[in-house]
Amino acid sequence: MKMKSPTAMIPGLYLTLFFAYLFGPLIIMVITAFNSSSFPRVSPWECFTTDWFGKLAADDKLLAGLGNSLLIGVGVVCVAIPIGLAAAITLSQVGPKLRAALYTIFIAPILVPGVVIGLSTLIFWDRIGTLFNAPYESFFYDGTFLTIFGQVTFIAAYSMLVFLSRIQRFDTTLTEAALDMGATPTQAFIKVLLPFMAPAIGSATVLAFLASLENYNTTVFTIVSSSTFTTVLSSKVRYGLDPSISAVAVIIIAITLIGAIIYECRNRYNTKGWAHVVADRPVLKVATHPGTVAVILGLLALAAVVFIQNHDSSACTAQILEDKRALQQKLMEEQSLNTPQQTVPAPTMPNLGPLGGDEGGASAPSPFGNSIFSPENLGTSAPDGQ
Amino acid sequence: MTKEISLEHVWVEFGEFTAVHKANLNIAGGEFFSFLGPSGCGKTTLLRCISGFQEPTRGKVKIGGEDMRGVGPNKRPTALIFQNLALFPLRSIADNIAFPLEVRGVDKKTRRKRADELLELIALSGQGDKKVSELSGGQKQRVAIARALAVEPDILLLDEPLSALDLKLRQHMRTELRAIQKQVGLTFIYITHDQGEALTMSDRIAVMNKGKIEQIGDGKAIYDHPTTSFVASFVGENNVLEGTVLSNDGQKMQIDAGLGTPFTVESHPAGGPALAPGDDCHLFVRPEALRISKDESSINQFESNFVTEEFEGNMRHIVMNANGKDLKLSLINDGTNAIDANAPVKLDFAPEMGIALKPGELASA
Ligand SMILES: Nc1ncnc2c1ncn2[C@@H]1O[C@H](COP(=O)(O)OP(=O)(O)OP(=O)(O)O)[C@@H](O)[C@H]1O
Ligand SMILES: [Mg+2]
Repeated sequence: MKMKSPTAMIPGLYLTLFFAYLFGPLIIMVITAFNSSSFPRVSPWECFTTDWFGKLAADDKLLAGLGNSLLIGVGVVCVAIPIGLAAAITLSQVGPKLRAALYTIFIAPILVPGVVIGLSTLIFWDRIGTLFNAPYESFFYDGTFLTIFGQVTFIAAYSMLVFLSRIQRFDTTLTEAALDMGATPTQAFIKVLLPFMAPAIGSATVLAFLASLENYNTTVFTIVSSSTFTTVLSSKVRYGLDPSISAVAVIIIAITLIGAIIYECRNRYNTKGWAHVVADRPVLKVATHPGTVAVILGLLALAAVVFIQNHDSSACTAQILEDKRALQQKLMEEQSLNTPQQTVPAPTMPNLGPLGGDEGGASAPSPFGNSIFSPENLGTSAPDGQ
Repeated sequence: MTKEISLEHVWVEFGEFTAVHKANLNIAGGEFFSFLGPSGCGKTTLLRCISGFQEPTRGKVKIGGEDMRGVGPNKRPTALIFQNLALFPLRSIADNIAFPLEVRGVDKKTRRKRADELLELIALSGQGDKKVSELSGGQKQRVAIARALAVEPDILLLDEPLSALDLKLRQHMRTELRAIQKQVGLTFIYITHDQGEALTMSDRIAVMNKGKIEQIGDGKAIYDHPTTSFVASFVGENNVLEGTVLSNDGQKMQIDAGLGTPFTVESHPAGGPALAPGDDCHLFVRPEALRISKDESSINQFESNFVTEEFEGNMRHIVMNANGKDLKLSLINDGTNAIDANAPVKLDFAPEMGIALKPGELASA
């Protein structure tokens, strides 16, 4: 049984490919965040550095965008979840004909392209604002408000779908029983339906928040003169990438991982089987408590932050810079040997290095600076298969 | 406190479909009243009218003399035990029982105390912290009853609460329910399609069919003196013969059922419309009322042939055939009722045991 038949290996191969496809880009991106090369890439590996995190922390535009995104995310959750829940409750109570019609209406914003929603939100509120003669500072023209309005239209529909699948399993006689026991309709809603919906509300909140955070199509129109995380990122892509974007990815992946691990721990901790195992092992019980896990992961994250703040790679990067300059010098000398007449522009080139050092221009002796379209980038990344 | 309930010409219509057809009814305070009827006859609908989940299309529901139109279920002095119990799965047993107090703003300590009292009443003391899913069917049943009692209702409505239980537990719960009713002295309105249940527990029974209340009376009246063909055929076993009335003097009737000499049965002027000579009728004779003739000259005698026998220990259930019509016969197994399977057997029944009624819909077996 040592040699597996080729057909038996297919599922394994498929899984490997699948996971490589899924996680490969993420892994590459994480690695590039720690390479001192000014363009996000894995090879040539220059220096292990944490400077990109520092650069990220100093990027006011991105941070302001992130702040806006979080604000919008919270706003969208606050508006979309109640609307989605109300829609789901309505659908669960009306007759089949009205239900089909309402469902189509509620779901329509998901089917409409985000661009259309963004544009129409912009135009609609502009018209309304004009109607009321609202000044330009009013919320009719405020990017944050417009983006919340625009995103809510389809995110409310997403959350409605989440609620709908749960509410279909709700036994309506429970509400009737509550009413019969003397509860007011509000009490019945709060004490019976809402606890039942709680898990769906939790997942819909996460979904809505993430959908808001990563939305681009609609936001790019409705944000007007302001900016969000995604719009800042996209403009960065347009005007030149550097590994601080990879640093963003590392942070997001870390947060996601920490969240997922704590959540999974909590699930396992609450299973009957585990309760049995730890019943008379107090140490294990405390150690596997999701709170403990959260504290440990939090400390690890803190340690990572401290490490990133204190790590100094300047010696290595200086060395790399020096090497490059030496190489360049050599190349130029060779060049001047070959074409002794054209020595005039050449001496200015090495000076570019020390001046543009912060921008990473030193490594790129090209008039295009660190643009992704720079021939230098094409030249080095192509053999890597990037 | 107990309150009487009256339904006055109550109709319930769902679009074209009439679920309750002109129900008229008075239930006294403290009574154990049952609705009995086949599935889909409108029992639950009627109960929902009383508890306030369904407004009658026409007619009035009065509780304690007050018209209940527009009064919501949470404002009525009723507590309903649902067909599926409707316990709150996310709450503990004690929290389930204390729910009616919780929504009335009773403080936590009093709530817990009352819940413990009720848990004791239903013989589940000390189990208040269990989850609903950890209880057996019968225990859930009892929790539902305790929760309804916590409302301190004047009227307790029970919608087939025992239908999900096995026979043993059902019999046990019947006695327990009856005991609780005696103990707390409430008006119980009980729905079932199990006639044994209705007959053993109720003070009075209403038999329903297709939205209509066919007959109201105590168990004995319903069983011994049915007033419609449906009630006669639905409650208990019955043999039905089609016949024609020959004469009716208000005391005795002569009926020709095509089995030789006409039968003589008592008229029942108390219930149902009187039958006139020449009318078609259904003649009902219960299996236990049919006897093997001991002497040649007894009244209401006819000939029949043996078909088959089912032996049940203390009883023998025999099927005989008289003139192409199968008749059931229940005899006590006391050794005196030998039947010759190969020769015609003479059967008879007492005049007071035959019931002639206007032909009507029969309950399907
Ligand atoms: N909301 C409704 N809309 C339309 N028809 C209904 C509705 N509720 C009940 N019905 C109809 O009314 C009739 C009576 O229903 P009901 O639930 O009262 O029957 P039931 O006597 O309780 O039956 P069971 O013994 O099976 O519980 C049924 O035919 C049912 O289909
Ligand atoms: Mg029912």
